[in-house]
Amino acid sequence: MGFWSSVLGRSKQAPAKLDSLFMVPSAAVTLQTAAGLAPTGTGSVCYRAVVGAAFSQAQEEIVSLLNDAPDAPAVEVSTDSYGYTWLVVHRDPEDTAGLCTDLHAVNTILEQQGFGSGLLCSLISFADASGRRAGLVYLYKQGTFYPFAPQDTDGQRRDNLLEIQVRDTLAAELPMEKELSRWLALWGAPGL
Amino acid sequence: MAHSRFIKDRGLTFRMTVTMFLLGALFVVFMVVLMGAAWGSGNAGLVPIIGVIGLGIAFYQWWSSDKVAMRAMRAREVSPAEAPELHGMIDRLCAMADMPKPRVGVADMDLPNAFATGRSPERAVVCVTTGILRTLSAEELEGVLAHELSHVAHRDVMVMTVASSAGIVAGMITQSIQYGGLSLLGGRGRSNNNNNGALPFYLVAILVSLIVYAVSFVLTRMLSRYRELCADRAGAYLTMKPAALASALQKITGEMAAIPQKDLRATGAMNAFFIAPAISGASLKTLSSTHPSLEQRLEQLARIQAELGRQMG
Repeated sequence: MGFWSSVLGRSKQAPAKLDSLFMVPSAAVTLQTAAGLAPTGTGSVCYRAVVGAAFSQAQEEIVSLLNDAPDAPAVEVSTDSYGYTWLVVHRDPEDTAGLCTDLHAVNTILEQQGFGSGLLCSLISFADASGRRAGLVYLYKQGTFYPFAPQDTDGQRRDNLLEIQVRDTLAAELPMEKELSRWLALWGAPGL
Repeated sequence: MAHSRFIKDRGLTFRMTVTMFLLGALFVVFMVVLMGAAWGSGNAGLVPIIGVIGLGIAFYQWWSSDKVAMRAMRAREVSPAEAPELHGMIDRLCAMADMPKPRVGVADMDLPNAFATGRSPERAVVCVTTGILRTLSAEELEGVLAHELSHVAHRDVMVMTVASSAGIVAGMITQSIQYGGLSLLGGRGRSNNNNNGALPFYLVAILVSLIVYAVSFVLTRMLSRYRELCADRAGAYLTMKPAALASALQKITGEMAAIPQKDLRATGAMNAFFIAPAISGASLKTLSSTHPSLEQRLEQLARIQAELGRQMG
């Protein structure tokens, strides 16, 4: 934000950056070959739900659009304890490109209706043969990715070594978040 | 095609810019008048020094604002481990607003309140009292935090300190009467035989300072109210929940009774006259308060809520 627009109290809402999501499919291949983490076929979008008819209509439009696809199972909508809404999309684990298209459709509809500034993050989950899980989180406002690997569901501990390994594996392909303090923990994120 | 639901409040921006301009002009005029008055007594050179000292004090206040405010409120900084929910909320809001995360403080105080301070967004502290943590629900607290983060993003500490620099200088001169500090200004004549020029300047300086102090007081308070409205706006757009901030404000100001919950038909005949909070025109209270009235703030939040819910093609 510019100095003058902040001094004049006219801070703008940060716009969401959507395009980097399409770099995920090739990164998923790298992650599978280099770190053994395969996509589970689940992805989710986390956003701010707004009170009012306009928003509920947009959300209905998204759910019906994604549910109309014949090959995909139902879309789930849930809310978390911080008041954000999660929309979970399932696809065939092989079809990461299709998953990203679905996620992008969600973003585009929200953006079209003027709710783009309410997008927080998007999460695509991965798992390896031994059961270790990791999520690749996309921050819409920063336009960067970071890994989130919960070690166990209830203990709230992160597998930092795995996260750093993922970051280093993908650093050449995706814009990874450099600021470690922005690597928000997403405990109990749906779809992970 | 992407729409924006952001209402541009040109009126508010205009009023605020005019107020800031007037405050700047006030400082310059004050210095010029003092200099003109000092010319006669041959001390004009001292006036810019007074101005620089005043600006220096304002600069120091701004520079050390985080430490001073934290100490004044007896607040301590809390780590993510101590207050995970508070930090989680601020983390998410900062990620949505794309701004650096400020430090987080908690003050052990029953009064429900929150404030943000610090010389720049990188050095900011957002502080809440334990009273507000008890009083508000998670949603309402988030609204308040978004309001405070907007103060940080708007650099309100800097704007308000710069704005008050004319008042600081004027206050400095008026106060120095007590300590005879002004004899320095007009006092060079004392060593000479001719002491005539000193007395009028002394009087003029005090008179002008008092006027400038009063005008600056009214203007800075006005500016402060505009800044609060700006922060409300930006905060409501950040959380997308104007209603949460509205109910938080009602709880904090303790003016819940302003809009009664009770059915009109259930109240007595006399009570029906007390429904509308009768605040109109510029009373002394509205001129001197740092925050806009609850009514004004709720009106603005209602406009934002309506805009967010509007259906678009």
